[in-house]
Amino acid sequence: MVTETTQTPVYTISKSDKRFIGWHVFFAVAALTIGSLFGPLQALQQAGIDWYPSLDFLFINIPEGPAAYYQGLTLHGVLNALIWTTFFITGFTTLAVIRGLKRDLAIPIMNRIGFWMMVVGLVVAAIPLLGDSASVLYTFYPPMQADSLFYIGLVLVVVGSWIEGWGFYITLYRWRKENPEEKTPLIVMAVVLNMVMWQIATLGIAAEVLGLILPWTFSLTNGIDPQLSRTFFWFTGHPLVYFWLLPAYASWYTMLPKQAGGKLFSDSLARLAFWLFLILSVPLGFHHQFVDPGVPAGWKFIHSILTLGVFFPSLLTFFTVVASLEYAARQRGGKGLFGWIRALPWGDPSVAAQLLAGILFMFGGISGLANASYNVNLVLHNTTWVPGHFHLTVASAVTLSFFGISYWLVPHITDKPLWRPNLAVASSWVYFAGMLIFSNAMHTVGLLGAPRRTPLGLAPYVPDEWNGHLFRVAVGGAIMWVGLMLFVVVVAVTAWQRKRFADGETVDIPLAESLDDPNNAPAWLDRWKPWLIATAVLIILAYGPQLLDQIFGIELTSPGFDPGSPIPNN
Amino acid sequence: MSTEAGGEKVRMHIDPTERAWIRVAIVVLVIFALAITVAGFMLGIQVPTEEQRVDPRTIGDAAPWAAPAADEEGDPRIQELVPGEKYAVYIIAKMWLFAPSQVPTPESGIEIPAGAEVTFYVTSTDVQHGFKVQNTNVNFMAVPGEVSTLTTEFDEPGTYDFICTEYCGTGHAAMFGSITITE
Repeated sequence: MVTETTQTPVYTISKSDKRFIGWHVFFAVAALTIGSLFGPLQALQQAGIDWYPSLDFLFINIPEGPAAYYQGLTLHGVLNALIWTTFFITGFTTLAVIRGLKRDLAIPIMNRIGFWMMVVGLVVAAIPLLGDSASVLYTFYPPMQADSLFYIGLVLVVVGSWIEGWGFYITLYRWRKENPEEKTPLIVMAVVLNMVMWQIATLGIAAEVLGLILPWTFSLTNGIDPQLSRTFFWFTGHPLVYFWLLPAYASWYTMLPKQAGGKLFSDSLARLAFWLFLILSVPLGFHHQFVDPGVPAGWKFIHSILTLGVFFPSLLTFFTVVASLEYAARQRGGKGLFGWIRALPWGDPSVAAQLLAGILFMFGGISGLANASYNVNLVLHNTTWVPGHFHLTVASAVTLSFFGISYWLVPHITDKPLWRPNLAVASSWVYFAGMLIFSNAMHTVGLLGAPRRTPLGLAPYVPDEWNGHLFRVAVGGAIMWVGLMLFVVVVAVTAWQRKRFADGETVDIPLAESLDDPNNAPAWLDRWKPWLIATAVLIILAYGPQLLDQIFGIELTSPGFDPGSPIPNN
Repeated sequence: MSTEAGGEKVRMHIDPTERAWIRVAIVVLVIFALAITVAGFMLGIQVPTEEQRVDPRTIGDAAPWAAPAADEEGDPRIQELVPGEKYAVYIIAKMWLFAPSQVPTPESGIEIPAGAEVTFYVTSTDVQHGFKVQNTNVNFMAVPGEVSTLTTEFDEPGTYDFICTEYCGTGHAAMFGSITITE
């Protein structure tokens, strides 16, 4: 048993900070709402049903035919995978840092500047996205070229997130100076570590956009090197997945056990898992380039093995989270080898969402292992298996966990009770059911050879055996959308209702205690320097030689192309 | 900033069940690593590697990727290295077709006898494309400026579609070709 040894004064988050976090959630959910509008349309398109013209009322100029699909797919990827995640994560991180340290942000204005820069970036990128002049998908592979505003907007979003990150680092640094005897709370370590990892990872995309794409878009160079662009992109592209995932892990480790009525099984192993994510998240990007022509097979193999390495902390997480949940369930009277699962508080909307997120993530982890396995990937690369996989990770493990977090966070920052908790529970179940159908069909038809990023309803080569699965893609996609809309309605009504908490009534951030005393954890689990050095060394070893090779072999030979025309620009 | 009380080293406590789980996790991951190593380096199921850099602006008109002249006999893009056994096929991917084998003109298609080994050399003259021969392990990116290559053996006669698997613009969904394997 852990008992509080030091009496920390009660800390209340200021109204202004609550509002600041609220703006993060507002933009995150708004982006998710618009981005997800296209999900079911894409899914229906796979079954040959074209509902894009029904969006005419929203856009002044919705393009005809496949162009509508790709504009929608770009919006879906950018708004859901980049904006919903980044805005929600920085907001959640703000709350976790303030509340975890029981301390104000060191330089509040810094975080505010970072955040509003992200908002400006979003608006700037939205202009060409909505105007169909940036329909290049969220990977924006050169030499397909978008309006320069799209890239400028992305730069502002990323730099804004860096500035917010710096605000967090400085806050933690000050707190450690002020509290030399105390271990950094696990929740704070987890979310700040995530921002540090993001800072390192996004150097790739910064090099790509600032070094290659913007000079090329402004005609300062005659062409671009598409292979080098891909390498820079995937330097960021894979850790991006962990940037989304680690806040969900932080919630599963440090909050879910408390919400389920128990304690964290092991504080030390949780810390170890997060440090391993820091050092292993970046140096494995070539596993997205297994079938690239310009990367030697040897480097691909090394990154494949390192990817199996990053699976290790995920397996640690699986054990610790399940063990914590089992402890909680048995405290609540749960019995049996698996019977305890029923004793978990499934009626709590936040818990239900996160449990369902975890179940889907098990399948996502397994299909991810196949992607990461060097030559096995030959069967799967760029098939619908891949979006099938990442809908189980970012769109399930992450998104459903963020639903769960929102179900306490929105009441917490608005001082208003959650509207219709039963509907909130239902939202997760509906989304879960849709995702099971959708992701199973996407994986299956991918194994049969169906390409991703393709409106298969328009493709001339679709064999009959795909059709049943494509129909399930459509059905699953439509059901997911209903679940997602229920979430949006629940949080929107919660935030905008007139009803407030009665005096003394409140929802606090759920912070779990640990079964083992965090102060008994070894000191090396609370030091940044060795882990940061290890991170840098591993990145240099795993990326350095090949990256230098590609940089020195740069050939700026590719002119830009508009997605609608085989004639090069300028 | 040390938290070691009185210089006493604190060792990490790991529950016995968790210790067992960690061992299982490591063994499983090692088995996976061995499996891909054996498949890759002993059974020869390999991924593409560095081949050749080219200029995407001119490669479409250069041998052996250029289309044959009207009076030329045969197609230099489909090379018979060892009759009935070894073939090399040079393909240009461009918005939004593969050449040769621009479907649906069967006379421009690729014909290879069953049981032969075929090596594909594919490059793009505009944006990034994908190249996936259905029901084989041939699946790679076609990146402008680079040549992608993989070899496979076609044992079963029939028609094999190869499709573009990377978004390459509005005509992407219609971009495919096929190879005919004869008895």
